Amino acid sequence: MIHRYQNNGYNIVLDVNSGAVHLVDEPTYKLLELLDENLEQMEETCPADLIQALSGEYNKQTVIDIYNELLDLYHAGQLFSCDDYEQFADKMGHSPLKAMCLHVTHDCNLRCKYCFAGQGVYGGEKKLMSQKVALSAIDFLIEKSEGRRNLEMDFFGGEPLMNFDVIKKTVEYGRSLEKKHNKVFRFTTTTNGVLLNEEIADFLNREMNNVVLSLDGRRNVNDAMRPNAGGKGSYDSIVPKYRHFVTIRGDKDYYVRGTFTKNNLDFTQDVLHMADLGFDQLSVEPVVSEPNLPFSIREDDLPRVFDEYDHLAQIMLERKKTGKSFNFFHFMIDLDQGPCAIKRLRGCGCGNEYAAVDPNGDVYPCHQFVGQPEWKMGSVLTGEYDLDIKDRFAHSTVYDKSECRKCWAKFYCSGGCNANNNQYMGDILHSHFLSCELEKKRLECAIMIKAALYE
Amino acid sequence: MKHIKTVNKQNLKETAVKGGCGECQASCQSACKTSCTVANQKCEK
Repeated sequence: MIHRYQNNGYNIVLDVNSGAVHLVDEPTYKLLELLDENLEQMEETCPADLIQALSGEYNKQTVIDIYNELLDLYHAGQLFSCDDYEQFADKMGHSPLKAMCLHVTHDCNLRCKYCFAGQGVYGGEKKLMSQKVALSAIDFLIEKSEGRRNLEMDFFGGEPLMNFDVIKKTVEYGRSLEKKHNKVFRFTTTTNGVLLNEEIADFLNREMNNVVLSLDGRRNVNDAMRPNAGGKGSYDSIVPKYRHFVTIRGDKDYYVRGTFTKNNLDFTQDVLHMADLGFDQLSVEPVVSEPNLPFSIREDDLPRVFDEYDHLAQIMLERKKTGKSFNFFHFMIDLDQGPCAIKRLRGCGCGNEYAAVDPNGDVYPCHQFVGQPEWKMGSVLTGEYDLDIKDRFAHSTVYDKSECRKCWAKFYCSGGCNANNNQYMGDILHSHFLSCELEKKRLECAIMIKAALYE
Repeated sequence: MKHIKTVNKQNLKETAVKGGCGECQASCQSACKTSCTVANQKCEK
């Protein structure tokens, strides 16, 4: 299978199964249009009908020369390469649990209007996770992770810094067990920044592999969607804290992460605003919400969003040339040393190697399933762990999803977000159309940027 | 080649044979939390 597209003046051909990316000239692009994108075998000599079809534009020898170049790539396994990964997918079963999203707080000091967590409580009550539950979560993760060394724990909420003491104790406990169990904990935090102070900043800088700082961009955009309980916008109180934090963070990982909605489809301006504030690691994502809400992105918004992604990609390229570059999470792609094909068959690991734990100690497939009783998998307090639910997620590869099987992007998104699939399509195996279209566009932009830099 | 330039060197098929160690980051733990992108993760090997 190949995917051919034009973006920013480039003719790009992706060979889906090998991952090879080719930049081709106009005649080659036209010739490829005449070949079936799912072609399995190329003929050894240029078919006469191809020569005939292009005879009005290109002479016979040009067409033959192009065909022979394509044939060389085919023989090298870089064009129309076959899909032989299903044999690996068939053998994939349960993986050890290795990543945990710890909901240390089901409460929040902001009232973000698009919050998928329902103002932090996930349809339940306000609650802080106790130290006992948090430490049990560490024990649970170590016990269920046999065979894995690198363990991840993300402190999440609600607003996790409302329960900072438990975060500190949890990190301390996890570190104390690393040597004994031959594990390495990678802690991360996602915060809205309201409670960020010098003590917390020092701790996060020391202990967190990554810190995600929430901000939507321009003041008016951010404050419209991210007010506090009194209705006051959060921009002015958090931006100075983020700037200081990023200054002292050095070269350790962070992201300033925002959400765009129908209200700011010109979100490039928000990305650039944050870049101009001095943040160079940025992530701005489309809101995920019920389609009937006024700020939701709907199918008829897609052309506008696509144009905006193109615009952002072009600006990023320009900035790279002027030395003012920044990193945009969804345009990051590593074409040479990215994840292996096996990783790409099953994506985020939700429900299988990844789980979320709520303040009661209940275990769910991921943070987006928290609060839905039918998806409760167990408890870190009792050790219960539902292997039937785990099994469903273990068998949610790109070959188990009918839309993914025929999609050119399947080895980049790896089947998309199971939670979105479940929430909007009613089935973890049924791809959420809107998310897929957005993801494919972002991938096209990301690959274009790589191709342009290669030039 | 005169008409085609190949941008990358990696062939995914080679990674299938030696891959699957499971030590790389779960993709949702980075900066998204509401969408899934895997191709930007780093290989741990």
